[in-house]
Amino acid sequence: MNRNVKDTIVEGITGVSVLLIIFIIVSILAVTIVGGWPNLNWTFLSEFPKDGMTKGGIFPAIVGTAMMTIIMAVAAVPFGVITAIYLAEYASEKSVIAKTIRFAVKTLAVVPSIIFGLFGLGFFIGFIGKNMDGLLNGGELKWGQPNILWASFTMALLTLPVVIVSVEEAIRTIPREMREASLALGATKWQTIRRVVLPGSVSGILTGTILAVSRGAGEVAPILFTGAAYFLSDLPRSLSDQFMSLGYHIYIMSTQSSNVDATLPIQFATTLVLLLLTFSLNAVAVTLRYRIRKRAK
Amino acid sequence: MNDFKVKVKDLSLRYGTNSALKNISMDIPEKKVTAFIGPSGCGKSTFLRTLNRMNDLIDNVTIDGEVYIDNINIYDKNIDVVNLRKKVGMIFQKSNPFAKSVYDNIAFGPRINGISQKSRLDEIVEFSLKQAAIWDEVKDRLFNSALSLSGGQQQRICIARTLAVNPEIILMDEPASALDPISTGKIEELIHELKKQYTIIIVTHNMQQAARTSDFTAFFYMGDLVEMNRTEVIFSNPGKKQTEDYISGRFG
Repeated sequence: MNRNVKDTIVEGITGVSVLLIIFIIVSILAVTIVGGWPNLNWTFLSEFPKDGMTKGGIFPAIVGTAMMTIIMAVAAVPFGVITAIYLAEYASEKSVIAKTIRFAVKTLAVVPSIIFGLFGLGFFIGFIGKNMDGLLNGGELKWGQPNILWASFTMALLTLPVVIVSVEEAIRTIPREMREASLALGATKWQTIRRVVLPGSVSGILTGTILAVSRGAGEVAPILFTGAAYFLSDLPRSLSDQFMSLGYHIYIMSTQSSNVDATLPIQFATTLVLLLLTFSLNAVAVTLRYRIRKRAK
Repeated sequence: MNDFKVKVKDLSLRYGTNSALKNISMDIPEKKVTAFIGPSGCGKSTFLRTLNRMNDLIDNVTIDGEVYIDNINIYDKNIDVVNLRKKVGMIFQKSNPFAKSVYDNIAFGPRINGISQKSRLDEIVEFSLKQAAIWDEVKDRLFNSALSLSGGQQQRICIARTLAVNPEIILMDEPASALDPISTGKIEELIHELKKQYTIIIVTHNMQQAARTSDFTAFFYMGDLVEMNRTEVIFSNPGKKQTEDYISGRFG
C-alpha cells in the first residue's frame, strides 16, 4: 500500500476515536442535563422520597453520601498520610518493606470495587462487628450488621491508594535543601517532617482528600453490602445506623422501583446531582495538583 | 597557634566504591576563618559536610577516620547528631529559607529547642538579625514571607537563622556563589564580623574571596588535601606546585 494512503488511514482512525470519545462524553452530559435539569429544584434537594419513592426528593441520599464520605476521609486521610510519610521519608527505595507497601498500594488500586464490598462484609461486619457485639453488648446484634461506619471504612480502603499516591508525590516535591536547612539547625527527623515537610505538602494532602471524596461519593459496590439502605424514613443518627446514598439510590430507582417510568425524572435529576458533585470535586483536585506540579519544577 | 577547634584525623569517604576523600588530616583554629579551595569535584564540599555529619543523609556513604570537635570524636557511636548540628551550623550554596515569615524562619531553631515564650523569641529574632546585619532591612516586614526578599537578603536570613541556634562553628558552602557583587560584599563583611565569636569554615570557588575573607586556606585536589597554611602564605608562596598552578589560574 502507498505510504501516503497508510498515513491518511491512521490519521482517520485516530481522529474517529477522538470524536467518538467526545461524542460519548457530550451525550452523557447532554442526556443527563436535559433529563435532570427541569426536575432539579430546592424541593427535590431538601425533601425525603414520597409515595413509594416515585415522588419527592433525595435529601437523605445527599446527607448520607456526605456523612459517609466525611467518615471515610477521617479514616483514610490520616492513615494515607502516615503511609506516605513512611514511604517518602523513612523507607529506603530498595528496602523490602517499601517495595511490599508499594506493591500492595498498586494492587489495592486495581482491585474491583465489589471485592472491597465483600471484604467489608466479611471483615468489618462478620469479624470485627460480630466480635464487638460479643464483647460489648453480650451478643446482642448492633455492630455485626451493615451500617454507615463499616461502609465508610470499606470505602476508605478503596480510596486509600489515591490518598497515599497524592501525598507522597507532594512530599517528594519538597526540595532536599529545605530538609537540610532544618536538620542543620539541629531539628530531628520528625521535627523536620512536622514543621517543614508536612506544611509544604498541605495542598497534596488536600488533593488526595478531595480525589478520595469524589471517588468515594460516586462508588456503589463497596457500600452495597456494608451499609447502604434502600429507603430510610430518618437520617442516620449514629454510626451503627444505615444510610442512603446517591449512587445506590440511582441503582435502586432504575432496577427495583415499582414504576421505573414514573421515577425516570428522579433518576435523571439524581444522576445530575451526583455528576455535578464528583465533577466539581475533581476540578478542585486537578487545580490543586496542577499547582503542586508547577511548584515542583 | 593556641587552640584547635576541629581536628581531623585520617578521614576518608567513599560513595559506594568511589573514593571522594582520601586520608584527610587537618587542624582548624578557633575563631578564625578557614577557607577550602580547589576545582569542582575536589571534595571540598563533601569534606565540609562531614563536619556536621550532613553526609549521613546520603545513602551508600562510607566514612572512616575521626573528626574531633572540642576533643570529642563526632563519629563516635554515642554522639547525638542533633546536638552536634546545633553546635555546628551550616549555610548552603543556594539560600534556603523556609516558606515562612522572616520571624518564623529565625525562630525555627529556638522553637524546635523548646523555646516558646514570645518575649524570649522576639529577643532572639532581633539579636540574630542584627548580628547578621539585616535587621534594618527587614525590621518592618518581619511577618512577610522570607521568600519575598532578594537573594542576598535571603542568604543573610539563613545566616541569622543559623546564629539563632547559638552555634560555635559555622560551615559555609559557597555562600555567595549565587549572589551579585554587592550582596557578596555584604556577606564577606559579615564573615569578618562573625569570626570574632565563631569559628568559620568556608568553601569557595572564588580565589579573591578566599584571599579577602580567610585567615587560613586549604587547597583540595582530587579528594586529597594538597596543603594548608596561612592564607597569605598560600597565595604568595605556596609550598606545592599544584597549589601555585591553581591559584594562578593555570587549571581548574
